[in-house]
Amino acid sequence: MSDLRDSIDQWFIDSFDPKLWEAIRTMDAGQNEHGYDPFGFHPDYLKYVGPFAQFFYNHYFRTEVHNIDRVPDKGRVILIANHSGQIAIDGMILGSAMLFDHSPPRMVRSMVEHWVPTIPFVSTFMARAGQVVGTRENARLILDREGCLVAFPEGVRGISKTFDRAYQLVDFGLGFMRLALETNTPIVPVGIVGGEEQMPSIYNLKSAAKLLGLPAFPITPAMLLLGPLGALPMPVKYHLHFGEPMTFEGKFDDEDRVIQAKVDVVKSAITDLLQEGLKERKGVFF
Amino acid sequence: MNRRRQRKERVVITGIAGRLGRALARKLHRTHEVIGIDRRAIEHMPKDVSVERADIRRRRFEDVFRREQIDAVVHLNIMHNPRQDSSLHHDFNLVGTKKVFELCAEHQVPKVVVLSSANVYGPDPKNPQFLNEDAPLLAGTNFGAIRDLIALDMFCNTFFWRHPEIETVILRPVHIVGQVDNAPSRYLRLERPVTLMGFDPMVQVIHVDDVVSAIIRALTPGVRGVYNVAGPSPVPLSLLLDKLNRRPRPVPQAVLKAMLKMGWSLKLSDWPWPELDHIKYVCMVDDSAARSQLGFEPTRTIDDIVYDIQHRSL
Repeated sequence: MSDLRDSIDQWFIDSFDPKLWEAIRTMDAGQNEHGYDPFGFHPDYLKYVGPFAQFFYNHYFRTEVHNIDRVPDKGRVILIANHSGQIAIDGMILGSAMLFDHSPPRMVRSMVEHWVPTIPFVSTFMARAGQVVGTRENARLILDREGCLVAFPEGVRGISKTFDRAYQLVDFGLGFMRLALETNTPIVPVGIVGGEEQMPSIYNLKSAAKLLGLPAFPITPAMLLLGPLGALPMPVKYHLHFGEPMTFEGKFDDEDRVIQAKVDVVKSAITDLLQEGLKERKGVFF
Repeated sequence: MNRRRQRKERVVITGIAGRLGRALARKLHRTHEVIGIDRRAIEHMPKDVSVERADIRRRRFEDVFRREQIDAVVHLNIMHNPRQDSSLHHDFNLVGTKKVFELCAEHQVPKVVVLSSANVYGPDPKNPQFLNEDAPLLAGTNFGAIRDLIALDMFCNTFFWRHPEIETVILRPVHIVGQVDNAPSRYLRLERPVTLMGFDPMVQVIHVDDVVSAIIRALTPGVRGVYNVAGPSPVPLSLLLDKLNRRPRPVPQAVLKAMLKMGWSLKLSDWPWPELDHIKYVCMVDDSAARSQLGFEPTRTIDDIVYDIQHRSL
Protein backbone atom coordinates (compact mmCIF):
# COMPACT_ATOMS: atom_id res chain seq x y z
CA MET A 1 0.00 0.00 0.00
CA SER A 2 2.70 2.44 0.96
CA ASP A 3 4.74 1.35 -2.10
CA LEU A 4 1.84 2.23 -4.34
CA ARG A 5 1.51 5.55 -2.61
CA ASP A 6 5.19 6.26 -2.98
CA SER A 7 5.14 5.48 -6.66
CA ILE A 8 2.11 7.72 -7.19
CA ASP A 9 3.88 10.51 -5.33
CA GLN A 10 6.96 9.93 -7.44
CA TRP A 11 4.87 10.18 -10.61
CA PHE A 12 3.61 13.57 -9.46
CA ILE A 13 7.12 14.74 -8.63
CA ASP A 14 8.45 13.49 -11.98
CA SER A 15 5.98 15.74 -13.76
CA PHE A 16 8.21 18.64 -12.74
CA ASP A 17 11.58 19.62 -14.06
CA PRO A 18 13.87 18.35 -11.23
CA LYS A 19 15.45 21.75 -10.66
CA LEU A 20 12.08 23.46 -10.54
CA TRP A 21 10.72 20.91 -8.08
CA GLU A 22 13.75 21.32 -5.87
CA ALA A 23 13.24 25.08 -5.85
CA ILE A 24 9.53 24.72 -5.04
CA ARG A 25 10.06 22.07 -2.39
CA THR A 26 12.67 24.09 -0.56
CA MET A 27 11.04 27.52 -0.83
CA ASP A 28 10.69 29.53 2.31
CA ALA A 29 7.10 30.44 3.06
CA GLY A 30 7.53 30.67 6.82
CA GLN A 31 7.08 26.98 7.64
CA ASN A 32 7.75 25.65 11.13
CA GLU A 33 10.11 22.78 11.97
CA HIS A 34 7.45 20.30 10.86
CA GLY A 35 7.20 21.85 7.40
CA TYR A 36 3.83 23.55 7.86
CA ASP A 37 3.06 27.23 7.95
CA PRO A 38 0.35 28.43 10.39
CA PHE A 39 -2.32 28.14 7.72
CA GLY A 40 -1.48 24.50 7.03
CA PHE A 41 0.47 25.14 3.82
CA HIS A 42 3.14 22.56 2.99
CA PRO A 43 5.15 23.06 -0.24
CA ASP A 44 5.40 19.31 -0.72
CA TYR A 45 1.66 19.15 -1.44
CA LEU A 46 2.13 21.33 -4.48
CA LYS A 47 3.22 18.20 -6.31
CA TYR A 48 -0.40 17.11 -6.51
CA VAL A 49 -1.28 20.33 -8.27
CA GLY A 50 1.77 20.13 -10.53
CA PRO A 51 0.65 18.05 -13.54
CA PHE A 52 -2.72 19.79 -13.73
CA ALA A 53 -1.34 23.31 -13.31
CA GLN A 54 1.55 22.73 -15.68
CA PHE A 55 -0.71 21.30 -18.36
CA PHE A 56 -3.00 24.30 -18.31
CA TYR A 57 -0.26 26.83 -17.78
CA ASN A 58 2.22 25.58 -20.39
CA HIS A 59 0.21 23.68 -22.94
CA TYR A 60 -3.42 24.64 -22.89
CA PHE A 61 -3.11 28.37 -22.29
CA ARG A 62 0.59 28.64 -23.36
CA THR A 63 1.09 31.43 -20.85
CA GLU A 64 3.62 34.15 -21.51
CA VAL A 65 4.89 36.40 -18.74
CA HIS A 66 6.27 39.90 -19.17
CA ASN A 67 8.47 41.57 -16.55
CA ILE A 68 7.70 39.03 -13.85
CA ASP A 69 11.01 40.00 -12.22
CA ARG A 70 9.32 43.20 -11.10
CA VAL A 71 7.76 41.16 -8.30
CA PRO A 72 10.32 41.34 -5.47
CA ASP A 73 12.05 38.06 -4.56
CA LYS A 74 11.13 38.37 -0.94
CA GLY A 75 9.21 40.51 1.46
CA ARG A 76 5.55 41.38 1.62
CA VAL A 77 3.76 42.26 -1.59
CA ILE A 78 0.20 42.37 -2.92
CA LEU A 79 -0.48 41.47 -6.55
CA ILE A 80 -3.51 43.31 -7.88
CA ALA A 81 -4.95 42.04 -11.16
CA ASN A 82 -7.98 42.31 -13.38
CA HIS A 83 -10.49 39.48 -13.06
CA SER A 84 -12.10 38.02 -16.16
CA GLY A 85 -13.33 35.03 -18.10
CA GLN A 86 -16.49 33.72 -16.38
CA ILE A 87 -14.54 31.07 -14.47
CA ALA A 88 -11.70 32.22 -12.27
CA ILE A 89 -8.78 30.53 -13.98
CA ASP A 90 -6.73 33.71 -13.89
CA GLY A 91 -5.95 33.22 -10.21
CA MET A 92 -4.52 29.79 -10.91
CA ILE A 93 -2.55 31.09 -13.90
CA LEU A 94 -1.07 33.91 -11.85
CA GLY A 95 -0.20 31.53 -9.02
CA SER A 96 1.42 29.11 -11.47
CA ALA A 97 3.42 31.92 -13.06
CA MET A 98 4.90 32.90 -9.71
CA LEU A 99 5.87 29.27 -9.08
CA PHE A 100 7.06 28.23 -12.53
CA ASP A 101 8.42 31.45 -14.04
CA HIS A 102 9.54 33.54 -11.10
CA SER A 103 12.93 32.76 -9.71
CA PRO A 104 13.04 31.98 -6.85
CA PRO A 105 9.50 30.57 -6.87
CA ARG A 106 7.06 32.50 -4.70
CA MET A 107 3.93 31.09 -3.20
CA VAL A 108 0.97 33.29 -4.00
CA ARG A 109 -1.57 33.17 -1.23
CA SER A 110 -5.12 33.75 -2.27
CA MET A 111 -8.20 34.17 -0.19
CA VAL A 112 -11.01 31.66 -0.44
CA GLU A 113 -14.65 31.85 0.60
CA HIS A 114 -15.40 30.87 4.17
CA TRP A 115 -17.52 27.88 3.14
CA VAL A 116 -14.45 26.18 1.66
CA PRO A 117 -13.36 24.75 5.04
CA THR A 118 -16.74 23.03 5.37
CA ILE A 119 -16.21 20.74 2.36
CA PRO A 120 -14.44 17.47 3.12
CA PHE A 121 -11.12 16.89 1.29
CA VAL A 122 -11.38 20.26 -0.44
CA SER A 123 -10.82 21.96 2.90
CA THR A 124 -7.66 20.01 3.62
CA PHE A 125 -6.38 20.23 0.08
CA MET A 126 -6.89 23.98 -0.15
CA ALA A 127 -5.11 24.57 3.12
CA ARG A 128 -2.13 22.39 2.18
CA ALA A 129 -1.89 24.12 -1.19
CA GLY A 130 -1.64 27.51 0.47
CA GLN A 131 -5.16 28.91 0.21
CA VAL A 132 -6.41 30.95 3.11
CA VAL A 133 -9.90 31.76 4.36
CA GLY A 134 -10.66 35.34 3.41
CA THR A 135 -10.69 37.43 6.57
CA ARG A 136 -8.93 40.71 7.26
CA GLU A 137 -6.92 39.15 10.08
CA ASN A 138 -5.66 36.39 7.81
CA ALA A 139 -4.65 38.83 5.09
CA ARG A 140 -2.81 40.93 7.62
CA LEU A 141 -1.04 37.89 9.03
CA ILE A 142 0.13 36.78 5.59
CA LEU A 143 1.64 40.19 4.95
CA ASP A 144 3.13 40.44 8.43
CA ARG A 145 4.84 37.15 7.68
CA GLU A 146 6.28 38.72 4.51
CA GLY A 147 4.05 36.74 2.17
CA CYS A 148 2.77 37.40 -1.32
CA LEU A 149 -0.96 37.98 -1.51
CA VAL A 150 -3.09 38.19 -4.63
CA ALA A 151 -6.34 40.12 -4.83
CA PHE A 152 -8.82 40.79 -7.58
CA PRO A 153 -10.56 43.94 -6.40
CA GLU A 154 -13.20 43.68 -9.11
CA GLY A 155 -14.47 40.54 -7.45
CA VAL A 156 -17.12 38.45 -9.08
CA ARG A 157 -18.45 41.43 -11.02
CA GLY A 158 -15.24 41.38 -13.01
CA ILE A 159 -15.50 37.73 -13.92
CA SER A 160 -19.09 37.75 -14.99
CA LYS A 161 -19.19 40.78 -17.27
CA THR A 162 -20.32 40.25 -20.86
CA PHE A 163 -17.95 40.37 -23.82
CA ASP A 164 -18.93 43.85 -25.00
CA ARG A 165 -17.19 45.16 -21.89
CA ALA A 166 -14.06 43.02 -22.28
CA TYR A 167 -10.92 44.59 -20.79
CA GLN A 168 -12.91 47.41 -19.23
CA LEU A 169 -12.34 47.38 -15.53
CA VAL A 170 -15.39 47.52 -13.29
CA ASP A 171 -15.30 49.30 -9.91
CA PHE A 172 -12.48 48.26 -7.60
CA GLY A 173 -13.10 47.41 -3.97
CA LEU A 174 -11.13 49.54 -1.52
CA GLY A 175 -10.15 46.87 0.98
CA PHE A 176 -6.80 46.01 -0.58
CA MET A 177 -5.59 49.62 -0.42
CA ARG A 178 -6.47 49.96 3.26
CA LEU A 179 -4.65 46.70 3.89
CA ALA A 180 -1.59 47.86 1.93
CA LEU A 181 -1.48 51.17 3.81
CA GLU A 182 -1.94 49.52 7.17
CA THR A 183 0.79 46.93 6.63
CA ASN A 184 3.04 49.17 4.54
CA THR A 185 3.01 46.75 1.62
CA PRO A 186 4.02 47.51 -1.98
CA ILE A 187 1.46 46.75 -4.69
CA VAL A 188 2.40 45.16 -8.00
CA PRO A 189 -0.29 45.75 -10.66
CA VAL A 190 -0.85 42.88 -13.07
CA GLY A 191 -2.65 43.05 -16.39
CA ILE A 192 -3.99 39.66 -17.48
CA VAL A 193 -4.64 39.50 -21.22
CA GLY A 194 -6.40 36.51 -22.75
CA GLY A 195 -8.89 35.63 -20.07
CA GLU A 196 -11.71 37.64 -21.59
CA GLU A 197 -11.71 35.50 -24.73
CA GLN A 198 -11.73 32.10 -23.02
CA MET A 199 -15.49 32.24 -22.57
CA PRO A 200 -16.91 35.27 -24.30
CA SER A 201 -20.28 35.76 -22.68
CA ILE A 202 -22.91 37.32 -24.89
CA TYR A 203 -25.63 37.29 -22.29
CA ASN A 204 -25.85 36.81 -18.57
CA LEU A 205 -28.93 34.70 -17.89
CA LYS A 206 -29.64 36.12 -14.46
CA SER A 207 -32.76 34.06 -13.78
CA ALA A 208 -30.84 30.79 -14.26
CA ALA A 209 -28.00 32.10 -12.13
CA LYS A 210 -30.43 32.93 -9.34
CA LEU A 211 -32.02 29.52 -9.61
CA LEU A 212 -28.68 27.74 -9.35
CA GLY A 213 -27.29 30.10 -6.74
CA LEU A 214 -24.47 31.17 -9.04
CA PRO A 215 -23.13 34.71 -9.34
CA ALA A 216 -23.77 34.63 -13.11
CA PHE A 217 -24.96 32.27 -15.80
CA PRO A 218 -23.10 33.20 -19.00
CA ILE A 219 -24.34 32.24 -22.43
CA THR A 220 -21.42 31.84 -24.84
CA PRO A 221 -21.38 31.12 -28.59
CA ALA A 222 -19.50 27.89 -27.87
CA MET A 223 -22.27 26.78 -25.58
CA LEU A 224 -24.86 27.41 -28.26
CA LEU A 225 -22.85 25.34 -30.74
CA LEU A 226 -21.44 22.56 -28.56
CA GLY A 227 -23.85 22.37 -25.66
CA PRO A 228 -22.35 21.53 -22.28
CA LEU A 229 -18.92 21.01 -23.87
CA GLY A 230 -18.94 24.69 -24.68
CA ALA A 231 -18.77 25.41 -20.98
CA LEU A 232 -15.06 24.58 -21.15
CA PRO A 233 -12.78 27.56 -21.62
CA MET A 234 -11.27 27.97 -25.08
CA PRO A 235 -7.50 27.47 -25.40
CA VAL A 236 -6.65 31.15 -25.64
CA LYS A 237 -3.13 32.39 -25.01
CA TYR A 238 -2.63 34.11 -21.68
CA HIS A 239 -0.25 37.03 -21.29
CA LEU A 240 0.61 38.33 -17.84
CA HIS A 241 2.00 41.85 -17.73
CA PHE A 242 3.57 42.88 -14.44
CA GLY A 243 3.93 46.55 -13.60
CA GLU A 244 6.44 48.33 -11.39
CA PRO A 245 5.81 47.97 -7.65
CA MET A 246 3.88 50.94 -6.26
CA THR A 247 4.03 52.13 -2.68
CA PHE A 248 1.41 54.32 -1.08
CA GLU A 249 1.49 56.42 2.02
CA GLY A 250 -1.25 57.75 4.22
CA LYS A 251 -3.74 56.73 6.85
CA PHE A 252 -5.36 53.37 6.25
CA ASP A 253 -8.58 54.43 7.94
CA ASP A 254 -9.04 57.58 5.90
CA GLU A 255 -12.29 58.47 4.18
CA ASP A 256 -13.36 56.39 1.18
CA ARG A 257 -12.80 59.41 -1.07
CA VAL A 258 -9.10 59.57 -0.17
CA ILE A 259 -8.61 55.82 -0.50
CA GLN A 260 -10.52 55.82 -3.78
CA ALA A 261 -8.03 58.26 -5.28
CA LYS A 262 -5.19 55.88 -4.45
CA VAL A 263 -7.11 52.88 -5.77
CA ASP A 264 -7.65 54.78 -9.02
CA VAL A 265 -3.88 55.06 -9.45
CA VAL A 266 -3.58 51.26 -9.30
CA LYS A 267 -6.59 50.88 -11.56
CA SER A 268 -5.13 53.14 -14.22
CA ALA A 269 -1.80 51.29 -14.00
CA ILE A 270 -3.63 48.05 -14.75
CA THR A 271 -5.56 49.71 -17.58
CA ASP A 272 -2.24 50.82 -19.10
CA LEU A 273 -0.80 47.31 -18.78
CA LEU A 274 -3.89 45.87 -20.44
CA GLN A 275 -3.84 48.37 -23.32
CA GLU A 276 -0.17 47.75 -23.89
CA GLY A 277 -0.70 44.00 -23.76
CA LEU A 278 -3.61 44.11 -26.19
CA LYS A 279 -1.56 46.19 -28.61
CA GLU A 280 1.41 43.83 -28.38
CA ARG A 281 -0.35 40.52 -28.83
CA LYS A 282 -0.67 39.11 -32.32
CA GLY A 283 -3.86 37.16 -31.88
CA VAL A 284 -6.19 35.62 -29.37
CA PHE A 285 -4.76 32.12 -29.76
CA PHE A 286 -1.11 32.93 -30.55
CA MET B 1 5.51 45.89 52.22
CA ASN B 2 8.36 44.82 54.44
CA ARG B 3 6.16 42.54 56.44
CA ARG B 4 5.02 40.82 53.28
CA ARG B 5 8.58 40.25 52.21
CA GLN B 6 9.33 38.34 55.39
CA ARG B 7 6.85 35.56 54.80
CA LYS B 8 6.20 33.59 51.67
CA GLU B 9 3.28 34.72 49.53
CA ARG B 10 0.14 32.82 50.40
CA VAL B 11 -1.73 31.37 47.41
CA VAL B 12 -5.09 29.62 47.43
CA ILE B 13 -5.60 27.06 44.69
CA THR B 14 -9.19 26.00 44.11
CA GLY B 15 -9.61 22.62 42.47
CA ILE B 16 -6.24 21.44 43.73
CA ALA B 17 -7.20 17.77 43.49
CA GLY B 18 -7.27 17.89 39.71
CA ARG B 19 -4.23 17.00 37.66
CA LEU B 20 -3.48 20.59 36.81
CA GLY B 21 -4.02 21.73 40.39
CA ARG B 22 -1.62 19.09 41.62
CA ALA B 23 1.00 19.99 39.04
CA LEU B 24 0.69 23.65 40.00
CA ALA B 25 0.89 22.92 43.75
CA ARG B 26 4.03 20.83 43.28
CA LYS B 27 5.73 23.63 41.44
CA LEU B 28 4.45 26.48 43.55
CA HIS B 29 4.96 25.12 47.09
CA ARG B 30 8.72 25.69 46.91
CA THR B 31 8.35 29.45 46.63
CA HIS B 32 4.88 30.09 47.99
CA GLU B 33 2.72 29.01 50.85
CA VAL B 34 0.00 26.94 49.19
CA ILE B 35 -3.51 26.34 50.46
CA GLY B 36 -5.59 23.93 48.42
CA ILE B 37 -9.36 23.57 48.28
CA ASP B 38 -11.37 20.89 46.57
CA ARG B 39 -14.55 18.99 47.18
CA ARG B 40 -12.88 15.87 45.77
CA ALA B 41 -10.37 13.80 47.76
CA ILE B 42 -7.00 15.53 47.76
CA GLU B 43 -4.11 13.10 47.42
CA HIS B 44 -0.39 13.04 46.69
CA MET B 45 0.31 16.54 47.88
CA PRO B 46 3.64 17.86 49.12
CA LYS B 47 3.66 17.96 52.92
CA ASP B 48 3.82 21.71 53.28
CA VAL B 49 0.64 22.25 51.27
CA SER B 50 -2.31 22.72 53.56
CA VAL B 51 -5.51 21.35 52.15
CA GLU B 52 -9.15 21.87 52.88
CA ARG B 53 -11.80 19.51 51.59
CA ALA B 54 -14.69 21.82 50.90
CA ASP B 55 -17.06 22.88 48.16
CA ILE B 56 -16.24 26.42 47.04
CA ARG B 57 -19.93 27.28 47.21
CA ARG B 58 -20.11 26.45 50.92
CA ARG B 59 -19.34 28.38 54.09
CA ARG B 60 -16.29 26.37 54.99
CA PHE B 61 -14.54 27.90 52.05
CA GLU B 62 -15.02 31.37 53.53
CA ASP B 63 -13.03 30.40 56.60
CA VAL B 64 -9.91 30.02 54.53
CA PHE B 65 -10.06 33.73 53.79
CA ARG B 66 -10.96 34.71 57.36
CA ARG B 67 -8.07 32.81 58.89
CA GLU B 68 -5.17 34.48 57.12
CA GLN B 69 -4.38 37.21 54.67
CA ILE B 70 -4.37 35.67 51.18
CA ASP B 71 -2.04 37.14 48.56
CA ALA B 72 -3.44 35.42 45.50
CA VAL B 73 -6.13 33.01 44.35
CA VAL B 74 -5.73 30.65 41.45
CA HIS B 75 -9.19 29.51 40.44
CA LEU B 76 -9.04 26.15 38.69
CA ASN B 77 -12.14 24.58 40.16
CA ILE B 78 -14.17 24.70 37.00
CA MET B 79 -16.20 21.71 35.97
CA HIS B 80 -15.82 20.31 32.47
CA ASN B 81 -17.89 17.20 32.51
CA PRO B 82 -20.35 16.81 29.65
CA ARG B 83 -22.06 13.92 31.46
CA GLN B 84 -22.85 16.05 34.50
CA ASP B 85 -26.34 17.42 34.86
CA SER B 86 -26.36 20.82 33.19
CA SER B 87 -28.02 22.68 36.08
CA LEU B 88 -25.40 21.40 38.48
CA HIS B 89 -22.73 22.26 35.96
CA HIS B 90 -24.02 25.82 35.68
CA ASP B 91 -24.52 26.18 39.40
CA PHE B 92 -21.11 24.89 40.34
CA ASN B 93 -19.24 26.89 37.73
CA LEU B 94 -21.08 30.19 37.98
CA VAL B 95 -22.07 30.27 41.63
CA GLY B 96 -18.69 28.86 42.62
CA THR B 97 -16.79 31.44 40.61
CA LYS B 98 -18.97 34.24 41.92
CA LYS B 99 -18.21 33.10 45.45
CA VAL B 100 -14.48 33.08 44.78
CA PHE B 101 -14.59 36.61 43.45
CA GLU B 102 -16.85 37.89 46.22
CA LEU B 103 -14.43 36.58 48.81
CA CYS B 104 -11.48 38.11 46.99
CA ALA B 105 -13.20 41.49 46.92
CA GLU B 106 -14.24 41.26 50.55
CA HIS B 107 -10.85 40.21 51.87
CA GLN B 108 -8.83 42.42 49.53
CA VAL B 109 -6.93 39.66 47.80
CA PRO B 110 -4.71 41.60 45.39
CA LYS B 111 -4.56 38.95 42.67
CA VAL B 112 -6.93 36.44 41.06
CA VAL B 113 -5.96 34.11 38.24
CA VAL B 114 -8.72 32.20 36.45
CA LEU B 115 -8.19 29.37 34.04
CA SER B 116 -10.70 29.75 31.24
CA SER B 117 -10.06 28.08 27.89
CA ALA B 118 -9.51 28.91 24.23
CA ASN B 119 -12.51 26.68 23.58
CA VAL B 120 -14.77 29.59 24.48
CA TYR B 121 -14.07 31.07 21.05
CA GLY B 122 -15.32 27.91 19.37
CA PRO B 123 -14.18 26.20 16.19
CA ASP B 124 -15.78 27.75 13.12
CA PRO B 125 -15.09 27.83 9.38
CA LYS B 126 -15.23 31.64 9.43
CA ASN B 127 -12.60 31.92 12.15
CA PRO B 128 -9.45 33.80 11.29
CA GLN B 129 -6.50 31.44 11.61
CA PHE B 130 -5.54 33.02 14.93
CA LEU B 131 -8.09 34.57 17.26
CA ASN B 132 -6.95 37.34 19.53
CA GLU B 133 -8.36 38.16 22.95
CA ASP B 134 -10.93 40.56 21.49
CA ALA B 135 -12.61 37.90 19.38
CA PRO B 136 -16.23 37.20 20.35
CA LEU B 137 -16.86 34.05 22.38
CA LEU B 138 -19.02 32.16 19.95
CA ALA B 139 -18.55 28.57 21.08
CA GLY B 140 -22.13 28.45 22.32
CA THR B 141 -23.53 28.91 18.81
CA ASN B 142 -23.44 25.20 18.09
CA PHE B 143 -22.60 23.72 21.44
CA GLY B 144 -25.03 24.59 24.20
CA ALA B 145 -23.22 22.75 26.98
CA ILE B 146 -20.29 25.16 26.87
CA ARG B 147 -22.41 28.23 27.60
CA ASP B 148 -21.66 28.20 31.31
CA LEU B 149 -17.94 28.35 30.58
CA ILE B 150 -18.51 31.35 28.33
CA ALA B 151 -20.66 33.01 30.97
CA LEU B 152 -17.91 32.29 33.49
CA ASP B 153 -15.28 33.92 31.31
CA MET B 154 -17.53 36.96 30.80
CA PHE B 155 -18.25 37.15 34.52
CA CYS B 156 -14.54 37.31 35.25
CA ASN B 157 -14.24 40.08 32.69
CA THR B 158 -16.92 42.17 34.39
CA PHE B 159 -15.20 41.62 37.72
CA PHE B 160 -12.05 42.94 36.14
CA TRP B 161 -13.82 46.26 35.50
CA ARG B 162 -15.77 46.42 38.73
CA HIS B 163 -12.72 45.86 40.90
CA PRO B 164 -9.80 47.71 39.36
CA GLU B 165 -7.92 47.40 42.66
CA ILE B 166 -7.67 43.63 42.19
CA GLU B 167 -5.37 42.30 39.50
CA THR B 168 -7.55 39.83 37.60
CA VAL B 169 -5.87 37.57 35.07
CA ILE B 170 -7.92 35.37 32.76
CA LEU B 171 -5.92 32.73 30.94
CA ARG B 172 -7.34 31.05 27.87
CA PRO B 173 -5.06 28.13 27.08
CA VAL B 174 -5.47 25.93 24.01
CA HIS B 175 -6.02 22.17 24.37
CA ILE B 176 -4.07 21.12 27.46
CA VAL B 177 -2.41 17.75 26.98
CA GLY B 178 -0.02 15.56 28.92
CA GLN B 179 -0.90 14.01 32.24
CA VAL B 180 -4.32 15.57 32.48
CA ASP B 181 -7.68 13.92 32.31
CA ASN B 182 -9.50 16.01 29.74
CA ALA B 183 -11.10 15.42 26.35
CA PRO B 184 -8.10 16.23 24.11
CA SER B 185 -5.72 14.16 26.24
CA ARG B 186 -8.06 11.21 26.24
CA TYR B 187 -8.56 11.52 22.50
CA LEU B 188 -4.82 11.49 21.83
CA ARG B 189 -4.45 8.44 24.06
CA LEU B 190 -6.81 6.36 21.92
CA GLU B 191 -5.01 3.65 19.98
CA ARG B 192 -7.35 4.04 17.01
CA PRO B 193 -9.00 7.47 17.24
CA VAL B 194 -11.80 8.33 14.85
CA THR B 195 -11.25 11.28 12.57
CA LEU B 196 -13.54 13.10 10.18
CA MET B 197 -12.93 11.91 6.65
CA GLY B 198 -11.54 14.72 4.53
CA PHE B 199 -10.84 17.09 7.43
CA ASP B 200 -7.48 17.76 8.96
CA PRO B 201 -7.45 21.10 10.76
CA MET B 202 -4.40 22.80 12.20
CA VAL B 203 -4.43 22.40 15.97
CA GLN B 204 -2.64 23.98 18.89
CA VAL B 205 -1.85 21.96 21.98
CA ILE B 206 -0.01 22.94 25.13
CA HIS B 207 1.76 20.78 27.66
CA VAL B 208 0.34 20.92 31.17
CA ASP B 209 3.74 22.03 32.54
CA ASP B 210 3.68 25.05 30.26
CA VAL B 211 0.21 25.93 31.55
CA VAL B 212 1.60 25.75 35.07
CA SER B 213 4.40 28.15 34.21
CA ALA B 214 1.92 30.51 32.51
CA ILE B 215 -0.13 30.56 35.73
CA ILE B 216 3.01 31.30 37.75
CA ARG B 217 3.85 34.12 35.34
CA ALA B 218 0.34 35.47 35.83
CA LEU B 219 0.99 35.69 39.58
CA THR B 220 3.67 38.31 38.97
CA PRO B 221 2.60 41.61 40.58
CA GLY B 222 1.38 44.13 38.02
CA VAL B 223 0.07 41.60 35.52
CA ARG B 224 -3.63 41.82 34.69
CA GLY B 225 -5.93 41.18 31.75
CA VAL B 226 -6.99 38.42 29.39
CA TYR B 227 -4.34 36.27 27.76
CA ASN B 228 -4.50 33.52 25.18
CA VAL B 229 -1.93 30.89 26.00
CA ALA B 230 -0.60 28.54 23.33
CA GLY B 231 2.10 25.91 23.14
CA PRO B 232 4.41 25.07 20.22
CA SER B 233 3.56 26.23 16.71
CA PRO B 234 0.41 24.66 15.26
CA VAL B 235 0.46 21.37 13.37
CA PRO B 236 -2.17 19.43 11.44
CA LEU B 237 -4.10 16.96 13.58
CA SER B 238 -2.90 14.14 11.30
CA LEU B 239 0.74 14.96 12.03
CA LEU B 240 0.12 14.74 15.75
CA LEU B 241 -1.61 11.36 15.39
CA ASP B 242 1.14 10.20 13.06
CA LYS B 243 3.85 11.08 15.55
CA LEU B 244 1.94 9.19 18.21
CA ASN B 245 1.87 6.12 15.91
CA ARG B 246 -1.89 6.11 16.01
CA ARG B 247 -3.90 4.46 13.26
CA PRO B 248 -6.85 6.81 12.83
CA ARG B 249 -10.18 5.61 11.54
CA PRO B 250 -11.56 8.19 9.13
CA VAL B 251 -15.36 8.20 9.20
CA PRO B 252 -17.65 10.33 7.00
CA GLN B 253 -19.13 13.19 8.92
CA ALA B 254 -22.80 12.15 8.79
CA VAL B 255 -21.95 8.63 9.97
CA LEU B 256 -19.71 9.82 12.77
CA LYS B 257 -22.33 12.29 13.95
CA ALA B 258 -24.96 9.55 14.06
CA MET B 259 -22.51 7.24 15.83
CA LEU B 260 -21.70 9.80 18.48
CA LYS B 261 -25.35 10.66 19.05
CA MET B 262 -26.16 7.01 19.52
CA GLY B 263 -23.04 6.39 21.60
CA TRP B 264 -23.97 9.33 23.80
CA SER B 265 -27.49 8.13 24.53
CA LEU B 266 -26.32 4.58 25.13
CA LYS B 267 -23.55 5.96 27.37
CA LEU B 268 -20.88 4.30 25.26
CA SER B 269 -19.22 7.59 24.45
CA ASP B 270 -18.72 10.78 26.44
CA TRP B 271 -18.06 12.84 23.37
CA PRO B 272 -20.84 15.39 22.71
CA TRP B 273 -21.27 15.50 18.95
CA PRO B 274 -21.08 19.31 18.57
CA GLU B 275 -17.50 18.99 19.78
CA LEU B 276 -16.72 17.21 16.51
CA ASP B 277 -16.04 20.70 15.18
CA HIS B 278 -12.75 20.58 17.08
CA ILE B 279 -11.44 17.98 14.64
CA LYS B 280 -13.05 19.77 11.72
CA TYR B 281 -12.41 23.52 11.91
CA VAL B 282 -9.69 25.73 13.29
CA CYS B 283 -9.94 27.27 16.73
CA MET B 284 -6.46 28.62 17.21
CA VAL B 285 -5.37 31.63 19.22
CA ASP B 286 -2.90 34.43 18.82
CA ASP B 287 -0.71 34.26 21.92
CA SER B 288 1.43 37.31 21.21
CA ALA B 289 0.05 39.24 24.21
CA ALA B 290 1.03 36.42 26.57
CA ARG B 291 4.49 36.38 25.04
CA SER B 292 5.08 40.10 25.20
CA GLN B 293 3.23 41.09 28.39
CA LEU B 294 3.41 37.95 30.51
CA GLY B 295 6.82 37.03 29.20
CA PHE B 296 5.48 33.54 28.68
CA GLU B 297 7.33 31.22 26.32
CA PRO B 298 6.31 27.56 25.93
CA THR B 299 9.23 25.20 26.51
CA ARG B 300 7.67 21.86 25.59
CA THR B 301 7.83 21.00 21.89
CA ILE B 302 5.44 18.78 19.95
CA ASP B 303 7.93 15.93 20.33
CA ASP B 304 8.05 16.36 24.12
CA ILE B 305 4.27 16.29 24.21
CA VAL B 306 4.17 13.17 22.03
CA TYR B 307 6.74 11.47 24.27
CA ASP B 308 4.75 12.30 27.37
CA ILE B 309 1.47 11.00 26.00
CA GLN B 310 3.12 7.78 24.84
CA HIS B 311 5.19 7.05 27.92
CA ARG B 312 3.19 8.35 30.83
CA SER B 313 -0.23 6.97 31.47
CA LEU B 314 -2.99 8.94 33.12
